[in-house]
Amino acid sequence: MQFDQLLQYTLSGLSTGAIYALIGIGFSIIYNATGIINFAQGEFVMLGGLLTLSCLDLLKLPLWAAIPCAVAVSTVAGLLFERLAIRPLRQPTPINLVIITIGGSILIRGLAMLIWGKDTHSIPPFSGDEPIAIGGATILPQHLWILAITLVIIAINKIYFYHTISGKAMRACAYNRRAAGLVGIDVRRMVLFSFMISSALGAVAGIIVAPLTMTAYDVGVMLGLKGFCAAIIGGMSSGIATVVGGLLLGVLESLGAGLISSGYKDAIAFIILLLILFIRPQGLFGKADSERV
Amino acid sequence: MKRFLAVCCTVCFTLLSATMSFAAGTIKIGGLFAVTGPASFLGEPEKKTLEMLVKEANDKGGINGMKLEVVIYDTTGDATKAVQLATRLIKDDKVSVIIGPSTTGESMAVIPVAEKEKIPLISCAAGIKITDPVKHWVFKTPANDHVAAEKILNYMSRQKQKSIALLTVTDGFGSSGREQIKTLAKQKGFTIVADEVYGPKDTDMTAQLTKIRGIKPDAIICWGTNPGPAVVTKNVRQLGIKIPLYMSHGVASKKFIELAGAEAAEGVMLPAGKLAIYDVLPKNDPQYKLLKDYDQAYKKAYGVEASTFGGYAYDAWLLATDAIRKSGSTPDKIRSGIEQTRKLVSISGAFTMSPKDHNGLDLSAFEMVRVSKGDWSLVK
Repeated sequence: MQFDQLLQYTLSGLSTGAIYALIGIGFSIIYNATGIINFAQGEFVMLGGLLTLSCLDLLKLPLWAAIPCAVAVSTVAGLLFERLAIRPLRQPTPINLVIITIGGSILIRGLAMLIWGKDTHSIPPFSGDEPIAIGGATILPQHLWILAITLVIIAINKIYFYHTISGKAMRACAYNRRAAGLVGIDVRRMVLFSFMISSALGAVAGIIVAPLTMTAYDVGVMLGLKGFCAAIIGGMSSGIATVVGGLLLGVLESLGAGLISSGYKDAIAFIILLLILFIRPQGLFGKADSERV
Repeated sequence: MKRFLAVCCTVCFTLLSATMSFAAGTIKIGGLFAVTGPASFLGEPEKKTLEMLVKEANDKGGINGMKLEVVIYDTTGDATKAVQLATRLIKDDKVSVIIGPSTTGESMAVIPVAEKEKIPLISCAAGIKITDPVKHWVFKTPANDHVAAEKILNYMSRQKQKSIALLTVTDGFGSSGREQIKTLAKQKGFTIVADEVYGPKDTDMTAQLTKIRGIKPDAIICWGTNPGPAVVTKNVRQLGIKIPLYMSHGVASKKFIELAGAEAAEGVMLPAGKLAIYDVLPKNDPQYKLLKDYDQAYKKAYGVEASTFGGYAYDAWLLATDAIRKSGSTPDKIRSGIEQTRKLVSISGAFTMSPKDHNGLDLSAFEMVRVSKGDWSLVK
């Protein structure tokens, strides 16, 4: 085994892993605010990519303007999703909510298919596509963008959840809805916020990966599942643990494909998911949670 | 009572329309296409092509003085539905020949119906098992996958490339291509040094390609449909791999170059059906005029470029109408007419049928092309 091959596997894995991490954080934010898993998260990833495409092609916006535009529209979509599908529910038990998000994801995917058709589309890279060599291995400038944006988002997340009132309030809702309500936190607003934040995050993830992976109405399914894996490995934390989870998943997939067999690439991801759910359901880094019984 | 009346009316109406069609001397052609559903990229252009052709033929006065009538049903890609609709075409609509279905699964399901009812079926699906072994009443128009694979291997042996790295997608198209390349490679004395796969939704193939780069094969053959091959092409460029890259006929459209980017796709070679590349064909190619007319007529009628898939329905139409013109319009005469087809120039190639070959296409159905400056160029 040559060193440069190993380096390439690791680098490829890290850059794919950063995508998973970004999507995984979206999952865990909603989980932390509401206690539900939003299976429509992957669809916001898809929306981000396709909306950028529309902004570029139809509105003829430059890339730097198309991206915030697409993020804004996706955020509105997240807001509508919460208002129309999650909030009206009479008995918001977690299982009902989870099933609603699955239904929502099918609906969004169907609408996207009608609007954008079934073709795959490509988006130009942010800053060229000349490969950058790092000691025998190569990555693209877009990979650096992904890593950098992921880091920035984690930092903002950390500040928001630990150093702002609304972030702390959102965490309070996750620990105990009723208690949070009693101390004067508007729980419903926090839930709405969490959906908006995570749909914006999903859209960002979808936009920065689109130049590499291309985008179509159905890209959300697989990316969403992998992001979910990352969040589970990270124990559904909305911080660094999910990021490590995503990176770990990416690297293991890439090493597995390179060193063992490419046929087992997805199997590796899902075996890890199952193992973690069996052995450490609190996540790789979490302490056992005795409060949720 | 109401129901009984409704049944009576239907029966009367059916009888009436049946007699009417005989009286006016029309030929009924059935179409079974997956117009909606997951295979709609096949069925939709096929339906549109057939409708366009029927209209064209009737405007010119029909065939042998008889008008044509086409009945098209949407199978939604569902084999059970395809069987029901095939029965309906034969029993209720009394068609003389069926064009379609669009997918291999549906075709296999419909074959027993066509054989039992003795109605010629011209499938628009590519699976080799549709016409191998040969069934009396069944034909198909797309060339077999192994013809495309053979085209690549023949070119490689001229280039003295001996070792192959395979990178195939894990769906039906990819695994059938993988099997056929492996068998052909063995026969022709190539060695397969790497046999990697990727999932249809995978977004990064650098791991597989890094492994292949380490093995240093003479060539890489990637077998899949968009977007996978476009990702592979991008990854190859990212990793700086200089090994010749071959793709399947599954990506022979401008969409592939657009997705991969003209720079990354530069130098990629693949066997292409002639419709995709007709503008670079020599003007004296026997198919040139037909391809150009079809593409332009389709563009005029529907505003989009004609696709290879619509071409399969065109082929089926030409085979059927050629047979009707030469032999006659009963199912039995159409069948034997199709079987006697000799060098019928059409979209997918020149068809020559025989009792042993109900596909009728050979290596000439494909041309090897190379991507250069964002467009196709023929390679000799």
